[in-house]
Amino acid sequence: MGILEVKGVNKRFGGLKALNDVNLDIQEGSVHAIIGPNGAGKSTLLNCFVGRLEPDTGSVMFDGQSLLGIQPYRINQIGVSRVFQTPEIFADLKLLENVMIPAFARRDGSFKVNGWKSVGEEREIRDEAMTMLAELGMEAKADHVAGQLSRGDKRRLELAMCLVQKPKLLLLDEPTAGMARADTNNTIDLLKQIAKRGITMVVIEHDMHVVFSLADRISVLAQGTVIVEDVPGNIKGNPKVQEAYLGGAHL
Amino acid sequence: MLGLNNKDLMLFAIVIAITLLAPVILNPFPVESDLAQFNAGYPDLMQRFVIFGIFAIGFNILFGLTGYLSFGHAAFLGVGSYAGVWMMKLLTMNVVPAIIVSVIFAGLFSLLVGFISLRRSGIYFSILTLAFAQMSFSLAYSVLTPITNGETGLQLSLNDPRILGVSQTADGSIPMTNFFGIAMRDGFELSMGGWLFTFNAGYYLCAAVMLIAFYVSIRIFRSPFGVMLKAVKSNQQRMLYTGLNSRPYTLAAFVISGMYAGLAGGLMVAMDPLAGAERMQWTASGEVVLMTILGGTGTLIGPVLGSGLIKYLENIFSKINDNILHQWFSFLPDGLEDFVVAIVYPFIGKGWHLTLGIVFMLVVIFLPGGIVEGGQRIGRLFRRKPPEDRNNTTTAAAPSAAE
Ligand SMILES: Nc1ncnc2c1ncn2[C@@H]1O[C@H](COP(=O)(O)OP(=O)(O)OP(=O)(O)O)[C@@H](O)[C@H]1O
Ligand SMILES: [Mg+2]
Repeated sequence: MGILEVKGVNKRFGGLKALNDVNLDIQEGSVHAIIGPNGAGKSTLLNCFVGRLEPDTGSVMFDGQSLLGIQPYRINQIGVSRVFQTPEIFADLKLLENVMIPAFARRDGSFKVNGWKSVGEEREIRDEAMTMLAELGMEAKADHVAGQLSRGDKRRLELAMCLVQKPKLLLLDEPTAGMARADTNNTIDLLKQIAKRGITMVVIEHDMHVVFSLADRISVLAQGTVIVEDVPGNIKGNPKVQEAYLGGAHL
Repeated sequence: MLGLNNKDLMLFAIVIAITLLAPVILNPFPVESDLAQFNAGYPDLMQRFVIFGIFAIGFNILFGLTGYLSFGHAAFLGVGSYAGVWMMKLLTMNVVPAIIVSVIFAGLFSLLVGFISLRRSGIYFSILTLAFAQMSFSLAYSVLTPITNGETGLQLSLNDPRILGVSQTADGSIPMTNFFGIAMRDGFELSMGGWLFTFNAGYYLCAAVMLIAFYVSIRIFRSPFGVMLKAVKSNQQRMLYTGLNSRPYTLAAFVISGMYAGLAGGLMVAMDPLAGAERMQWTASGEVVLMTILGGTGTLIGPVLGSGLIKYLENIFSKINDNILHQWFSFLPDGLEDFVVAIVYPFIGKGWHLTLGIVFMLVVIFLPGGIVEGGQRIGRLFRRKPPEDRNNTTTAAAPSAAE
């Protein structure tokens, strides 16, 4: 039994069937990639895992617990962190604060009036956040305002914000989109290290280099349906996949 | 020291010094001079400076940090005032219990209002708070007359029960508000050369409370709790998916700012034991919004500066009448004198609102960060440091006072 079990998930937006009987069984400690053309329903599927959307039917179980009908912040508190397709960061705050906030959330829970000690005196959390920024090569920018970062840097910041929480399950919606090649490679290396620490990952990605460098298994989603699920070696040559990508350019 | 970093400590020290020396600083002109009318160092006005300072400091904790714009905070000030007067009627003329009860009642009422209003955000939240405040205002005039004494306003009378005190003094008058025996209107005058300074007990009580309130607000701004409130303003979606429940954070900020408003209301009646419903009207709620924006939303000192400026304009500008104007411009030829007076007149006296409106528009357009931003820009002109250098200083020291 996997750490994340998705059974018979359907989701309709009016007349559009965005997800059609999706089943997934993701093993603890594995990296599972979800690929598919634009509009296939990949982000919609992640939305069903974090409480942003409620599937019409089906079940989503994480660590033996249903994720349906609970508040997003509770889902995060039980160990699920997500990087969004368009970076969601605290744009008005400094990078350091951006990373300290999720660290506080992990230590103090979803609400705590932590009002007397100053942020500067929270050495442990501060050090943890700095270390995380350093791991992503952004410690020099710790005092910059996050909104001024480039798109790629915002994404890396968001990744740092998720990682500092030491989640059990990390959901990544196109983690390298908007990054320069060098940064993409750094991110791949970083994600590999994280995978080694035993954090389960679900990665949505259009960049096949990233997908094949990381994934243990790949699901191919097209028009809301999982058409193939297999190990990377068997995906490249699969005719169904080629077809889904219309001519199957550079797979 | 005091758990503050050097920069904040410096700011706090300056605020303490100015507050304590205010009776001198605000009376720069000799009594006999023409400019004496610009002196603001009389007890009544100085008390209002610090009391509205407290109101605005609290409002800024909600609006400046979380971005939730309440249009109903005067209601909490009003509730605090009524509660305070009742304490003096029923218990004692010592202002301490009155002030404490003001804070408690305002806190409870803001818990109720906040709990309901915070179900919505943005303009809907603002409208809900406005609706609550206007509701309180009309209730105070109508159904609640037994508690509020309606249009007349709630005041002390010669037959108040007053458990820990007397209903009237030996000479048959209403006893005075006091702080453990020190009457609020006590004080002494100091005459030096042509200058006259008034040191008033009531002002110093209000000033001490304001300094504590200011200190608490610095601590909140710098705490992890304060960072969470800034996160609410910045990105509630991110908060939600980061395991944080923004609702209790905003509610806590709302109640804290409501308690600050209650504190201000309590101090008002401690200085002058009379509470009227007009204190809860929407114009009063709007005023604290203006004060905060004018001074600098989200900055530590801004709200205090904003409330000072508005109260100064309200009390000093409004006193200037056309006679005084004619005196000022009497050096001009008669026709021209009348012309200039006619032009200036709409901006002073009862027209001070017009001046305030123009100042407000200019600030919002050219200095979105309020007076504080203006000060920073001027400071930067004088410091003449290369920009990189400035970045380094902010890196080394903790967040600047302006944030
Ligand atoms: N909240 C919504 N309301 C209505 N339609 C939606 C909503 N969210 C997604 N859709 C539609 O559902 C389909 C799947 O969208 P989704 O964002 O999941 O695709 P995707 O696979 O993530 O695509 P991309 O690779 O472009 O990110 C699209 O047609 C989209 O327009
Ligand atoms: Mg998507």
